Amino acid sequence: MFVLIPLFPLLGAAVNGLLGIRFFSRRAVGATAVGAVGLSFAAAVAALAGLLRSAEPVLVKTFFTWIPASVVRTAGGKAVPFALDFAFRYDSLAAVMTLVVTGVGLLIHVYSVGYMAHDRSYARFFAYMNLFTFAMLILVLGANLAVMFIGWEGVGLCSYLLIGFWFTKDAAADAGKKAFITNRVGDFGFLLGTGLLLFALGTIDIAGITAAVEGGGLATGTATAAALLLFLGATGKSAQIPLYTWLPDAMEGPTPVSALIHAATMVTAGVYMVARLHALFSFSGTALTVVALTGAITAVYAATMAFVQTDIKRVLAYSTISQIGYMFMGLGVGAYAAGIFHLMTHAFFKSLLFLAAGSVIHALSGEQDMRNMGGLRKRVPRTYLVFLVGALAISGIPGLSGFFSKDEILASAYASGHYLVWGLGLAGAAMTAFYMFRLIFLTFHGEERLAPDAGRHLHESPPVMLVPLQVLAGLAVVGGYVGLPRVLGGGAWFARFLETSTGAHESHLAAGTEVLLMIVSVGASLAAIYAAWTIYVKRRGEPARRLAGKFKTVYRVVSRKYFVDEAYSRIFVGGVIAAGRAADWFDRRVIDGLVDGAAGLARRVSRLTILFDDGVVDGAVNGVGRIHLAASSLLRRLQTGYVYNYALAVVLGAALIITLVITVF
Amino acid sequence: MNILGVPILTFLVFFPVAGMVVILFLPGSRTKAIKLAANIFTGLEFGATLLLLTRFDAASGDMQLVERLPWIKAIRAQYLLGVDGISLLLVLLTSLLTFIATLSSWQAVQKRLKEYYVFMLLLETSMIGVFLALDMLLFYVFWEVVLVPMYFLIGIWGGERRLYAAIKFFLYSLFGSVAMLVGILVLRSQHQTFDLTAMVAAGSVIPAALQGWVFLAFFLGFAIKVPMVPFHTWLPDAHVEAPTAGSVLLAGVLLKMGAYGFLRFSLPLLPEAARRYAPVLVVLALVAIVYGALVSLMQKDMKKLIAYSSVSHMGFVILGLFVLTPMAAKGAVLQMVNHGISTGALFLVVGVLYERRHTRLISEFGGLSSRMPVYAAVFLVMTMSSIGLPGLNGFIGEFMILMGTFPVSWLWTAVAATGIVLGAGYMLWLYQRVMFGKLSTPANESLKDLTFRELATFLPLVVLAFWIGIFPKPFLAVIDKPVEKIIRIVNPAHFEAPR
Amino acid sequence: MIPIEAVVGLGLLIFTVGLAGVLVRKNLVVMLMSLELLLNGVNIILAGLGRHLKSPRGSIFALFVIIIAVSEAAVGFALVLAYFRHKKSYDTDVLSDLKG
Repeated sequence: MFVLIPLFPLLGAAVNGLLGIRFFSRRAVGATAVGAVGLSFAAAVAALAGLLRSAEPVLVKTFFTWIPASVVRTAGGKAVPFALDFAFRYDSLAAVMTLVVTGVGLLIHVYSVGYMAHDRSYARFFAYMNLFTFAMLILVLGANLAVMFIGWEGVGLCSYLLIGFWFTKDAAADAGKKAFITNRVGDFGFLLGTGLLLFALGTIDIAGITAAVEGGGLATGTATAAALLLFLGATGKSAQIPLYTWLPDAMEGPTPVSALIHAATMVTAGVYMVARLHALFSFSGTALTVVALTGAITAVYAATMAFVQTDIKRVLAYSTISQIGYMFMGLGVGAYAAGIFHLMTHAFFKSLLFLAAGSVIHALSGEQDMRNMGGLRKRVPRTYLVFLVGALAISGIPGLSGFFSKDEILASAYASGHYLVWGLGLAGAAMTAFYMFRLIFLTFHGEERLAPDAGRHLHESPPVMLVPLQVLAGLAVVGGYVGLPRVLGGGAWFARFLETSTGAHESHLAAGTEVLLMIVSVGASLAAIYAAWTIYVKRRGEPARRLAGKFKTVYRVVSRKYFVDEAYSRIFVGGVIAAGRAADWFDRRVIDGLVDGAAGLARRVSRLTILFDDGVVDGAVNGVGRIHLAASSLLRRLQTGYVYNYALAVVLGAALIITLVITVF
Repeated sequence: MNILGVPILTFLVFFPVAGMVVILFLPGSRTKAIKLAANIFTGLEFGATLLLLTRFDAASGDMQLVERLPWIKAIRAQYLLGVDGISLLLVLLTSLLTFIATLSSWQAVQKRLKEYYVFMLLLETSMIGVFLALDMLLFYVFWEVVLVPMYFLIGIWGGERRLYAAIKFFLYSLFGSVAMLVGILVLRSQHQTFDLTAMVAAGSVIPAALQGWVFLAFFLGFAIKVPMVPFHTWLPDAHVEAPTAGSVLLAGVLLKMGAYGFLRFSLPLLPEAARRYAPVLVVLALVAIVYGALVSLMQKDMKKLIAYSSVSHMGFVILGLFVLTPMAAKGAVLQMVNHGISTGALFLVVGVLYERRHTRLISEFGGLSSRMPVYAAVFLVMTMSSIGLPGLNGFIGEFMILMGTFPVSWLWTAVAATGIVLGAGYMLWLYQRVMFGKLSTPANESLKDLTFRELATFLPLVVLAFWIGIFPKPFLAVIDKPVEKIIRIVNPAHFEAPR
Repeated sequence: MIPIEAVVGLGLLIFTVGLAGVLVRKNLVVMLMSLELLLNGVNIILAGLGRHLKSPRGSIFALFVIIIAVSEAAVGFALVLAYFRHKKSYDTDVLSDLKG
């Protein structure tokens, strides 16, 4: 059954891409795309049902041999045949991911039907979206690293195409390219990590890696190296330090794309991959610590940048980076299920927030700057409501999904003794609440600061956009209850379900401590919300402006994103360009110069040889000729050229012969 | 197996000559008939190579369908043809690309049609001869014949600096092939035969020191053809000046001749030298990968950019051959085919624009996506194929090469993998500058999308790109045995049981 | 009956005149005419001796010589004519292109 899940989006993409662009009406295009994802979602549900009924925790379907066997010499000196199958692996982790991808994907597709209704390249958009869904599902279902890599790069391609969807805008085209190339840097790590695992274990199957690692077939140093290389890939795809700079720029794409790719699914691929290889990462304490710290630092770091953004989508982009940091935090402290749990809830509330932001942008005919909004609460009340739900969920207000997942991560971090990580996480939680409500207050509260022509078409979004929002809002509220912790009377069903694929995780916290931690984090969030209210509603942003004026340098540094983009473009892009220029110069001047020089030299040498030829070789030849000449110049005197001389010679000769004949004979 | 009473390999080699004769007899004014004849002959030739598949036994690593006739008895040179999986793939690639190149010339070539197609067919004969010849002298003859039509294709139908480019190409190649001839003669004196199969069967009878010298001689011949840094500067000039079809065949087939030579001669005939000098070649290959990519980043001319990307890609091929592991070597052979497909297609892509606008400068374009959507799609697929997107052909080759290299040296793998990052850089930048952004140049406003004929030239390449990317097994199955046989000769230690 | 000596004597005389003409004269046309005289002198002797010896061979040979002489005259005059066109002169002193 699970085989069918990626099939429908592929068909949808093919139909819309090949036929839809030319022949279909907008209705037909939309129906095809939404239908494809819908069927895929249905298949995912059916597959989950099948998995629950099945006695086997892992279902594997091998389609064909992708790369036939070759002998590979592994680290142990063994020569083993290595072949790659094109195969899918479906287990509880894949089940969760397929449901999230197709479920959230379906809602976003429906939303897009309304959001993109007036776009010229309607069919192209949906073909890309379906193709993305397909690639993401391949990534999720891949049974070995190579098949996962198809999806891994496939989503990268679709992200490239969708970020640059409005390709006539230079910023969009640039952002798409930046995303792809940054991801490629990560892929560099992914490929090397894959190679290292192949070398060390002779296999890159998920099952094979897990079995080999658990069987103790891997040196710790190798495991650390492989895990860190793969994690480099994850930082690229999931926009973590140091490869996060592409994600804010990716907001140049249409808003549904930001919701689907850059919030709910693709950017969490790194999280998924680490969870997939939990055995490997768990084996190396160093790697896990790196994951946890990277996540925690990114979570706080990205949040600081969200404070000062004025573009509504960019706030959400930094928030996404920060929230994915949370997920890695969870993975890094060994709570894989918690990380995936947050992945799921985040998919609900973050895509909700993006789509709601899209609804605002749609209502304001494309305005994205919060400084030109304000007071929209009364103009788009339904959007405001769902946005508020999303903001409360992400802030970790009890009862909403974000609370459960975030708390589980914080509790796991505390329990595992990573107090620094916990502390950063707590700070991040408070900061999240602050910038989210800053966004809400700036956008929906206060007085209207609309640009004159933006307000004219101000309208609430159509039902085709609002219904998906409301469904997502519902999920953002109730989605967390599948992981209701034991201390609150739940059964942590989500984590138990994932145990078959990410391993069991024991929490050693006393119930009291756990409740205390919850109270602390909720308190921090509430305080942050109150602070935001004070600053942006009660005092109309005055303190913020004062603060910015007081710490000008700090404000400048943060609002310019710590100059990391500039530094990267100086160091890496500039470095590569400079190297390219140097290589180009070297090629034209030195190598080709040598070649042309050699040709010139050959010509010059040939001139020299001409001299030699003239002097020596020809000299000898001419010498012979000259002797002849000298001899003949004597003889030539005989040749007067006068006929009568010759005639006389003939007569004399004849006379001589006759005389001879007569006298001798 | 015979076609029209002629043994199939001989038929494959000389059928284009029949086409030449037919075209020579057609009056020069009947241009349509000439074009038609050329297309029919190259098409039939491609069909005949497909026919070859039916008689080919993929389970064997030996030479098949061998044809042997005495040729020059005094020096024991023979007319000796044979095919194994490696040559099979390359012959298929050659006949397909020639067919496509011929088809793509329909509009592009306007002057001296008759000579043009005659040279195309002569080129096809000589290229297929190179891949099928098993007698080294015969191989050398075909190898040299290739130069002649290519010289004229560049020199007559080329761009502005065509004479410079043609002469540079010719002299460079000639220099290399003379060195190669010396190597061949040394081998002849050691083995008393020109028969390649006999030489391989005889094993290594050549003293190691001499092997080194012969290896060097072959190296010059093949490295120039590949081309490896620093012998590559003829390539960008030749590509830029050559007509589109010439570039397609130059990149698609001629470069493969060098790599094929390494695989067919240097490795099995000179195993000790190959082992000894492999690290040197690997380092040169790595330099080529990074260097080619960097230079390509800076190019302003589309064809030059793709030419330098060829340097980078062929670096991958050489890396794969000389790490001496079966996986990498198979990847390298597949990558030869892949490069033929994707780079060939990219030259066609550039050709389409050149035909419409008569310029190849990147700065002349921009925003074409909105005018030419089908073209944009084809260009995108081929760009992705070139940068090794999984699911397309380029990935399989690169992946196998990288995975085959890692057990030998992680450092080599890491350096090679940077080429993948840079590759994405220059190709996407090219794509962005040509296809994205606003339509800034007025002359581009009226550009027409691909015609049906143009689409037909791309379609087989697009299909192959997906086919090899998704289901490469048939291709890999064909080369599996012969490649493994060669690697077993040159690097037997790889297959041994653990110590 | 003319005695054979007279015939031979006439032949020799004409031959001598011809020889002198060829050697002494500087006009090409006259030289060619002298050549004819040379041949005709020989012809007379051939014909006379043939008659004296009662053999047709002398006359036959003379006939051959006449034919050769005709062709020689034709070619010779053509050459002279061509040469005259070239050099505007019949003088053999001008004719020294073969001078080494």
